[in-house]
Amino acid sequence: MRLLLPALALLGAAASLSAARTGQISQDAIMSSAAPATLSEFGFFDGDASHPSAELIPYKLSTPLFSDYSEKQRFIYLPQTGVLKAEEGDGRLDFPVGSAIIKSFGYPSETGALKVIETRVLLRNATGWVALPYIWRADGKDADLRVGGARVPVHFKSASGTAKDINYGVPNKNQCKQCHSTNGEIMPIGPRLGNMAFASKADEMRLFAHLSAQNMPVMKWAKWDDPKSGSLSQRATSYLRINCGHCHNPAGSASNSGLFFDGKDYGPANAGINKRPVAAGRGSGNMDFVIDPGHPEQSILIYRLKSLDPGISMPELGRTTAHDEGVKLLEEWIASMKANKT
Amino acid sequence: MKIASLVTAALLAYAAPAVYAKTINVTPGANAQEKLQEALITAEPGDTVQLGEGKFVLTDGLSLDVNKVTVKGAGAKSTILDFTGQQGAGEGLLVTSDDVVLRDFAVENSKGDGIKSKGADRIVYHNLRVEWTGGPKETNGAYGVYPVDSTDVLIDSVIVRGASDAGIYVGQSRNIIVRNSVAMENVAGIEIENSYNADVHDNVATKNAGGVLVFDLPNLPQMGGHNVRIFENVIVDNMTPNFAPKGNIVANVPTGTGVMVMANRNVEVFDNVIGENGTTNVMIVGYRFPHSDKTYNPLPSNVAVWDNQHMRAGWDPKFPGGTEIAAAMGGSFPSIFWDGAGGAVSAPVIADNVMALSLGLSDLAADPGTAKPAPMARGVKPAKTLPAIKLPDNMEAAVK
Repeated sequence: MRLLLPALALLGAAASLSAARTGQISQDAIMSSAAPATLSEFGFFDGDASHPSAELIPYKLSTPLFSDYSEKQRFIYLPQTGVLKAEEGDGRLDFPVGSAIIKSFGYPSETGALKVIETRVLLRNATGWVALPYIWRADGKDADLRVGGARVPVHFKSASGTAKDINYGVPNKNQCKQCHSTNGEIMPIGPRLGNMAFASKADEMRLFAHLSAQNMPVMKWAKWDDPKSGSLSQRATSYLRINCGHCHNPAGSASNSGLFFDGKDYGPANAGINKRPVAAGRGSGNMDFVIDPGHPEQSILIYRLKSLDPGISMPELGRTTAHDEGVKLLEEWIASMKANKT
Repeated sequence: MKIASLVTAALLAYAAPAVYAKTINVTPGANAQEKLQEALITAEPGDTVQLGEGKFVLTDGLSLDVNKVTVKGAGAKSTILDFTGQQGAGEGLLVTSDDVVLRDFAVENSKGDGIKSKGADRIVYHNLRVEWTGGPKETNGAYGVYPVDSTDVLIDSVIVRGASDAGIYVGQSRNIIVRNSVAMENVAGIEIENSYNADVHDNVATKNAGGVLVFDLPNLPQMGGHNVRIFENVIVDNMTPNFAPKGNIVANVPTGTGVMVMANRNVEVFDNVIGENGTTNVMIVGYRFPHSDKTYNPLPSNVAVWDNQHMRAGWDPKFPGGTEIAAAMGGSFPSIFWDGAGGAVSAPVIADNVMALSLGLSDLAADPGTAKPAPMARGVKPAKTLPAIKLPDNMEAAVK
């Protein structure tokens, strides 16, 4: 894999050269007030999902949102002269009008090649962001807008080799916003320099070329599954931030819970420590606290992350199977906390 | 005169959007999920999404995020959103936009909450039924109707049955009316929590574990619940054994509670019929759990209870020490009690013509075993001090 990187870098460089020539992405489609009916109208892909336009900048997240073990391909489109601003702290990116963020979701097919199910786009027009879901046709040649969302049966093998059959959920347009909501407005979640990674230096440089300030220090997130990147607590914090913090923050969809995982410090109760549930219903699982220090088996947080029941499971959207590896990290983290005196 | 002005108000309310408004008809049948969800997404302000008669078999939660939309069925009996096969989302229907009217349909068997509205100002819930059709079960969803974080909330002629938390729950909101509604066989019938300015009147709360609750909880964005009036309700026979999953605050509500006021200030309970509640008819308490929130006041204050008609209460008190106190008092627990914590500042005014008891607990941390029960002196009927809640005219017009 490491050997491939220089090759990818070369490809990236070549791609950016060709991008300058073609300019196939439709700024009109991105800025349009009417949602394009097909994904091809944007020009983000040269035909099928495995051929992203050379104008797109691919990126990854070092700690990603778990979405039923789907593989994701992420891209940023920036207008040629667009200027990106990075906020202080972890470098949350503020995108110029005309930008787009594109994310494809899929699973490996029998042949091992990725079969993309859907592509979600976030479009930055003059008034704000628009979120739209597109589902790929069976022939893979184009994807259709499906504002109402869909369920797609998927069969795949997990990393450990177990076969899984799930009813993968493509979000509807409102559900896009439910997660991408800040004070009722749609906002991107992922693109923060502190949590972004690139397959090649060339990709990184293409993005950085748009930054208004080149040398701003950025707080790097710990990578959830890499013990070298940070302490157990730091890695758990990264995991909670990306998997829960988009709703569980004072301006998000779960603001009324008073349970916040956006990486800021609101004190122990608002971080779930010895916090009693408010509107959890049977999500409480007969337990008293969101996090019972030292006792993952008595913590509502773990119970809800393991559950597949829609009335119990968290996150509420985008998960029909449990993320065993993520749960294990959080269990270890809670087990490492000093227990309450009894 | 009154009728004429109402008609005018109704005309005005409907006249403004009528120019552009359209009706989007959706009928049950194949693809109900996608068709209905698409209608809720493509609706524009002023539109009505008209739900046909019959059962919509749904596979996922629904959501509405467009302002000024009316979702209207053919009646709470005949238009049914059936979530029995729901695979995702935390509620049946979620509303996140303002000026929405929900009326004339039913929500059945959602996996989580029935209908939730968050940050949805001026929302009207009218002539709805939210039901878990298997009756009270711990596996039922938590709240039936669940407006939260909203200003101006009207719940009128709504029936909720089977919620494993509160049937009608209003949380962290301001300016609220709950009226003409029925809450039965829920853990809590009607609950007003961490909210300001609420009128709860002309409702029936029966066969719940607790009838009407007025709560305030710590560590939440909005705290300091106050100005709540509970009047002209029938709150009887709340004897369904508490079936809430442990951990939830309502799991601590003793089965057989009529009205329970916890950690709120300025609460008026009057002109209700309250009775056949085995623990007690009216309970006024502080929030007893340890908490670390310095901005939270766990004690009630300025609670007044008067002119209620009491029927039987207290023959089977379901809280620690209750049976012993009842035995000491000749077999029955009193119709009204206060935990005694907080001293004179927290003491309620009880002007009802029944026995009221202070448990005489020294503070909120005190073990109920240390209670020093003592009858409370009959208070003088206070003057009503809280103004009636008035909601915007177009909200009232929507239910006429």
